[in-house]
Amino acid sequence: MNKQDHEARLNLIKSRLKIRYAKEKAFRAAGVTAILTALSMLAILFITIVGSGYSAFQQTFVRLDIHFDQEVIDPERSGDPEVFSQADFAGLVKKSLRKKFPDVRKRRQKRDLYSLVSSGASFQLRDMVMNNPGIIGSTKTVWMPADDDIDMYVKGHIKAGEKGGGRIKDYKLAWIKELSAGGAIEKRFNRTLFTSGDSREPELAGIWGAAVGSFYTMFVTLVLSFPLGVATAIYLEEFAPKNIWTDILEVNINNLAAVPSIVFGLLGLAVFLNFFGLPRSAPIVGGLVLTFMTLPTIIIASRASLLAVPPSIREGALGVGASKMQAVMHHVLPLALPGMLTGTIIGMARALGETAPLLMIGMVAFIVDIPAGIFDKATVLPVQIYLWADSPERAFMERTSAAIMILLAFLLIMNAAAVILRKRFERRW
Amino acid sequence: MTNTIKILMATAVSAALLVSIYSAPSEAAGRDYISIVGSSTVYPFATVVAEQFGKTTKFKTPKVEATGSGGGLKLFCSGIGISYPDIVNTSRRIKKSEVSNCAKHGVKDITEIKIGYDGIVIANSRKSRRMKVSRRELYLALAKDIPSGVGESLKPNPNRTWKDVNPAFPDIRIEVLGPPPTSGTRDAFAELALEGGCKTFKWIKEMKKKDRKKYRAICHAVREDGAYIEAGENDVLIIRKLEANPDAFGIFGFSFLDQNEDRIQGSIVDGVEPTFENIADGSYPVSRPLYFYVKRAHAGMIPGIKEFIREFTSEKASGEEGYLIDKGLIPMPEDERLKFRRDGKKLTNLVL
Repeated sequence: MNKQDHEARLNLIKSRLKIRYAKEKAFRAAGVTAILTALSMLAILFITIVGSGYSAFQQTFVRLDIHFDQEVIDPERSGDPEVFSQADFAGLVKKSLRKKFPDVRKRRQKRDLYSLVSSGASFQLRDMVMNNPGIIGSTKTVWMPADDDIDMYVKGHIKAGEKGGGRIKDYKLAWIKELSAGGAIEKRFNRTLFTSGDSREPELAGIWGAAVGSFYTMFVTLVLSFPLGVATAIYLEEFAPKNIWTDILEVNINNLAAVPSIVFGLLGLAVFLNFFGLPRSAPIVGGLVLTFMTLPTIIIASRASLLAVPPSIREGALGVGASKMQAVMHHVLPLALPGMLTGTIIGMARALGETAPLLMIGMVAFIVDIPAGIFDKATVLPVQIYLWADSPERAFMERTSAAIMILLAFLLIMNAAAVILRKRFERRW
Repeated sequence: MTNTIKILMATAVSAALLVSIYSAPSEAAGRDYISIVGSSTVYPFATVVAEQFGKTTKFKTPKVEATGSGGGLKLFCSGIGISYPDIVNTSRRIKKSEVSNCAKHGVKDITEIKIGYDGIVIANSRKSRRMKVSRRELYLALAKDIPSGVGESLKPNPNRTWKDVNPAFPDIRIEVLGPPPTSGTRDAFAELALEGGCKTFKWIKEMKKKDRKKYRAICHAVREDGAYIEAGENDVLIIRKLEANPDAFGIFGFSFLDQNEDRIQGSIVDGVEPTFENIADGSYPVSRPLYFYVKRAHAGMIPGIKEFIREFTSEKASGEEGYLIDKGLIPMPEDERLKFRRDGKKLTNLVL
């Protein structure tokens, strides 16, 4: 080989190397751009949700001096809680407001005055008296939730006067200013959001009812889908013969994982409600329907993690005289379990965020009472978000975002648990 | 590791047991709350009454599902018994066919209660000019086929911009976001606004007597070429889209305009502004009654039905200054209120 030839070849390689490096660089850049785009989309999502929802964790309260009038609450001095509960507590609030603003005379203005305080205030006073009848006859300073219009104004979401669409009139604004100058308007932590059920008054609405509903639904789903899914996976992977039937079965299971969730809802409606006569809107039916949805995920994940256990484990067990059953139960399953749990948690997380199948079985409903069991009427977190997003009151907008944040937190915890389980228990060969 | 499995198995078994224990008592007890289904337009009102009812009486809070008027009536009419709803909300009157479907499934005695009125508004963003429009112009802008002007024939709607409809209008593309055909709001809009405009053509009006079916087809068909955009049942979403696009218009119930008047303005239809007063006295042309229907057979079966009707028809709920009015319901005149209060008390049978 002469020198010239060698030189030319070297140059050729060099120039090709350049192109190859450039290609790699371009590919890396494309990858980074893809990730950055995804991240920025995620950031936009989080910023808009947190930005519009963080204020929902606070609620505006109004301080009033309430005189628990014996004549109004219990004129006959019976001391009977039944009598207390029938009393006109809204009247007490109105009286206190009139005392604070004695110049308000016109009917229309009076109505506006009474609407400074939430309609839930009377129930708050009722509960106070029910818990402690001793306060009847005394005057107490009570912090009560403000009406949603006031709340929105104080938080700066709507403007007063004509510019704000006239929801807060100028005289109403003057009252608010007077109250806040006297320190009688305050923003406090919104406990109601976490402790109460749904309500059509934004200031009284909470997600606890939906959270409990979600819990019951997920409970049913877990109890049914985990044992069924794992047992199916073990049988198919370890015991079943490989023939055309198991192949068909496998295709079907994989297919099931891709079926749109609304189809499971229709199935639930036809089978559980119409055929078995189970109650509408109940977590038991929701859980059953979501079980259909999570089963394929669990089966596929479980089979994959069984497959990942090396054959040497099985052979070793069989070699020292274990039966097939013992080999699987004592040796293979424990090693595959972390993977199965991860699959289960991911499947459950998906089920937690599902609304479409629940629409068909009546879980998309306005339900105030906190569900007491799996046969009680209930709704779930994502449905609550949907219902709030569809409500005309402006204050529901920030509460929608707050509920989304709470749901995201749940999902994050579940997915983090899946990662931790995998990291701690998974074994690699 | 074997222990973990045993524990897991034990939990699963005990949980399964728990489930079966749960089932026994509550199944036998039946249903102790009222089940309501139906229109998403009535939903905001029915839920407020349900909540008040649950808080102020010894009864449980009723469950309210928004299934749409048609879907609700279908569920309502599927039978008598605790697994079927007791009350259906509708944003239009029940149809003859629905009554006979009900009767076929044993639901024979139904009581009709009108709760008030709802205006349907066509609104746009406050950033642009308020529109003054007639029903005839709405028909010309949104109908699928419009009179061609030559004899009694139709042509596919050629109007691209509002200016094409009326030279006095601005030169912006017709873009109206509204509810889908499954919605009661859409039915009512077609019947009140589009048909109202379509009737102004004499030959079409005369057709009503001759060929009802064809008349309806001409008057109620909404164009499908992209000028009318079906925006789902979510009215809040429509409002957000109007804010983002000042040239677009949206169609929805009055309560959404009422709550968002800082962002959107209702167009003036036939010279009348959609305000509370104008809808209440009937001068605003696009308004419709809202109803609910009760199964008489359930009144003795589910606790609280009569009391719920009393709450709904009470002066403090649907009266002139009731709490439903604060939520955007338009009250009925006093004599009508009294009539339906009586009907509710006696559970009078529906007469179509």
